[in-house]
Amino acid sequence: MKLTLRIWRQKDAKSAGRFVTYPIDNISPNCSFLEMLDILNEELIGKNEDPVVFDHDCREGICGMCSLYINGRPHGPDDAVTACQLHMRKFRDGDTIIIEPWRARPFPVIKDLMVDRSAFDKIIQEGGYVSVNTGGAAEANNILVGKEFAELAMDAAACIGCGACVAACKNASAMLFVSAKISQFALLPQGQVEAKQRVKKMVKMMDELGFGNCTNTYACEAECPKLISRSNIARMNREFLCAKVS
Amino acid sequence: MNSSFLRFSSITKKIWMAFLGLFLMIFLVVHLGINLCLLRNDDGAWFSAAAHFMGTNYIVKVFEIGLFAGFILHVLFGIILQVQNWMARPVRYMVTNKTYTPFLSKYMIYTGGIVLVFLIIHFMNFYFIKLGWVANPNLAPDGEPKFYVIARELFRSPAYSILYILMFIVLGFHLNQAFQAAWQTLGVNHPRYNSFIGRFGTFYAIIVPLGFIIIPVYFLLIR
Amino acid sequence: MAELNSKIPKGPLAKKWSQYKDHQNLVNPSNKRKLDIIIVGTGLAGSAAAASLGEMGFNVKIFCYQDSPRRAHSIAAQGGINAAKNYPNDGDSIYRLFYDTIKGGDYRAREANVYRLAEVSNSIIDQCVAQGVPFAREYGGSLENRSFGGAQVSRTFFARGQTGQQLLLGAYGALSRQIKLGTVKLYERHEMMDVVLVDGKARGIIARNLITGKLERHFGHAVVIATGGYGNVFYLSTNAMGSNTSAIWQIFKKGAFFANPCFTQIHPTCIPVHGDYQSKLTLMSESLRNDGRIWVPKNKEDAEAQRHGKLKANDIPEENRDYFLERRYPAFGNLVPRDVASRAAKERCDAGYGVGETGLAVFLDFRESIGRLGKHVIEERYGNLFQMYEKIVDENPYENPMMIYPAVHYTMGGTWVDYELQTTVTGLFAAGEANFSDHGANRLGASALMQGLADGYFVLPYTIQNYLAGEIRVARMSTDRAEFAEAEAGVQERLDKLMSVKGTRSVDQFHKELGRIMWENVGMGRTEASLKNAIELIRRLRAEFWKDVKIPGAMNELNVELEKANRVADFLELGELLAHDALNRNESCGGHFREEYQTEEGECRRNDEDYKYVAAWEYLSEGEFKLHKEDLVYEEIEVKQRVYK
Repeated sequence: MKLTLRIWRQKDAKSAGRFVTYPIDNISPNCSFLEMLDILNEELIGKNEDPVVFDHDCREGICGMCSLYINGRPHGPDDAVTACQLHMRKFRDGDTIIIEPWRARPFPVIKDLMVDRSAFDKIIQEGGYVSVNTGGAAEANNILVGKEFAELAMDAAACIGCGACVAACKNASAMLFVSAKISQFALLPQGQVEAKQRVKKMVKMMDELGFGNCTNTYACEAECPKLISRSNIARMNREFLCAKVS
Repeated sequence: MNSSFLRFSSITKKIWMAFLGLFLMIFLVVHLGINLCLLRNDDGAWFSAAAHFMGTNYIVKVFEIGLFAGFILHVLFGIILQVQNWMARPVRYMVTNKTYTPFLSKYMIYTGGIVLVFLIIHFMNFYFIKLGWVANPNLAPDGEPKFYVIARELFRSPAYSILYILMFIVLGFHLNQAFQAAWQTLGVNHPRYNSFIGRFGTFYAIIVPLGFIIIPVYFLLIR
Repeated sequence: MAELNSKIPKGPLAKKWSQYKDHQNLVNPSNKRKLDIIIVGTGLAGSAAAASLGEMGFNVKIFCYQDSPRRAHSIAAQGGINAAKNYPNDGDSIYRLFYDTIKGGDYRAREANVYRLAEVSNSIIDQCVAQGVPFAREYGGSLENRSFGGAQVSRTFFARGQTGQQLLLGAYGALSRQIKLGTVKLYERHEMMDVVLVDGKARGIIARNLITGKLERHFGHAVVIATGGYGNVFYLSTNAMGSNTSAIWQIFKKGAFFANPCFTQIHPTCIPVHGDYQSKLTLMSESLRNDGRIWVPKNKEDAEAQRHGKLKANDIPEENRDYFLERRYPAFGNLVPRDVASRAAKERCDAGYGVGETGLAVFLDFRESIGRLGKHVIEERYGNLFQMYEKIVDENPYENPMMIYPAVHYTMGGTWVDYELQTTVTGLFAAGEANFSDHGANRLGASALMQGLADGYFVLPYTIQNYLAGEIRVARMSTDRAEFAEAEAGVQERLDKLMSVKGTRSVDQFHKELGRIMWENVGMGRTEASLKNAIELIRRLRAEFWKDVKIPGAMNELNVELEKANRVADFLELGELLAHDALNRNESCGGHFREEYQTEEGECRRNDEDYKYVAAWEYLSEGEFKLHKEDLVYEEIEVKQRVYK
């Protein structure tokens, strides 16, 4: 395959960035998207140019590190995959592919396509856990959890924290990410004790960090590589409302 | 503007948006009921009676204050949310987002804005006359505006009627997205009820604007 | 250098751990605040240890090279975590879990450590459930178990095919809570470059801020390395791209012995290699072997025709298929342990029966089980794996058999540690996959998560106190000390050297070349000749690397190529040690298969007489290592031949 890549290049957080065009040839359709970028980087190194910086690690769709906005869609044109599991067969020979970093005020660009997502960590630090010290746990089967709730909690817990929901949302809202964690604990008995504090604190931090507001376009759900449902957002709203009025 | 609105959390603002939106949707049905009186071939007797009742009844007047407060807050929150949303992405994408989203769901602020512009025109034609802010020749001897005459004259103007019809189509899209979104925001999302909420919203968004649209069509084509 | 002292407590096996805890030294709460602990790595072991130590009141600094602790590669573990809860009432016990793990490791693990692992396994499940980890449940609401390779009981707890993710997020939550409380300080996008020793004790690290490229000095009363395994020495593996050996290699150079480097695990069910641009191998959970049948064509002509696309798998009739695992191992069939299954697949492919474009693949066929159970059952059990396979390979596994091939997965070897998880350097500890202790020569499925969390939650937070209790009078040291300056200068010199090569070949080219040498010579089948060849080739490649590597960019900025070069430089040294160790071990056991040492049926021939020891290597100079032996004494169990027939 022969492709034209237009990639956002930005030296560091302070510099201004721009798009640079790179032609690339001899790409196998079985190649993954990131492997295609590896090949480009090999060529750039060969030409004494700076390789394109992008976040990636596990390359099996679970670590949540890869974060590319490809031709107008986070993680590219395939559904329910991360960029590392996107394969070049989803493109056509001769295509132009435009690659941008995630764009959101709380996700500043570090270099090229790499952004800082520590905002997500900060939200989790506010209460995305059950406060239980090591060693203080009771016998596991003393806590019974209905299969239905366990499954729903698992659906929500599958979030990989990649930020595609924020990248896709026209408002750069983090509601899907935050609600997935809130939901997981709202559905489990372990999460009940701190439920009210959790939702209030996490939402407060989400707002403070400058994420946008949800306007129910559900772009987040459509782009989530783990198919996290918007019903989690409704559940968070419910939890929030209950926490505020009671 | 009260700065405490800004300090409301994003979800609080949205819950108010949803709650007020649903409230306005109830009002719209009442308004439609009165407007449909125009269709009676009685020279506006029913319509005038209804308008008179709405204009003088004290309970209605109390509701009116609530309605206006609700309306203003709905607009205000909508604007605040939108400004924050724009601020959340200072550097925009070069490629416009291609994610699949429900029809016009991304444009609520614009459909809402169009409705708002129309409403201002609407107020100038009717409500402000009642308040005496806008002068109008069509006053009854006791000083009460003759709304039936005003309405009839407006609907006989094709330009106004087309504007009116287009506006209600836009409102229909706004409502179609708004109804299910309001319930989602209020936390009502359950596989058992979602499709009912969705269908009811669409039904409402077609029937109510259609009810309004029938009136200018009637005046233009039949009378 | 001190002789190896494994510090195994006295007393009967089942009582060792509780007696140790009863008599160990503790640190009182007011002193805990005065003690700093550095933890490198935020996987299961690192995050769990940091959270637990933070809860106790210690001052913890934790480092990871990724942008968030949640990215650590523990997240990719699919299958499950073992514990001896005996919920299914099938006769499981701590002893059985201990015994299966020792046997699965081919009698090359330390008995007391493994027993302790089995002992704390139940507490791990309790802890994780309390944290809200969404484990699979029965309809009655109790925890569900499934079976895994190498065991006759169902003792594996799981959260769909994402158990590692859920356990890591549980630990990450606990860690986040401590970060918020201020007991733990997080340094993300930081890579440890070296350990700092003061008077022979580990007292800090030199870390590189990967964003600014600046070197930083950090003090700690103790240092814990939890940086995972070194499987990426093979370039292609199931590890994350960033997984590296640098931390354990740097401490090796500072005196921490490296144990059993040749014990590497090859996982049988991975998606085969498809091109030289490939960067990574994707694992398909071992659980697939519960319902899938592994086969190759019986006739070479069929295999050849399939390779050239002239024959489809489904067109090969039943009588012309060779279900080689069922044929060779009728008792365990497709559920033999990983090392056995991997070798059998390689044997068939080497003999010319392999399928796929490269001939390096075997079929994993669900036709029979789909016919027996229905497609919906298979979909329910493995839906996400089938989907993943289809995304990568672009072929529907419900209709055509999957193609799989073994790939490097886990490394049982690692930094040598004693019973307290302390390395041969005082004050320096190693936890999780980074240490060597619990899996012997082969790891059973669902044991890695168990070990990572056991070390992190329940072992290290105790044992480290036994050391720290003696350090309470040591005040926080200034990082201006000569030892820190010296260590930083050493790191700077190495980075300068890397930057100054200005050669012609990229880092990846060297890494790929190293991987090829390793896979061909030190992979699934090793011989004396191949190992000697590997050592020779690696030395040559290493020399070439330092003469010809090309790193664009500058030092004091974000420079991914420099990061990679630094890691590959260490892999180039580790590869040699790995081959050395494999050459030294004249036997076959677990994941280490020396072709000279096999039975007539092609199984491992272990040599307990001469090699029932842990090979702990000491670094002398580049390419020079000294062997120390820790004899493995089995008090409670009888060492047997491992039979799965």
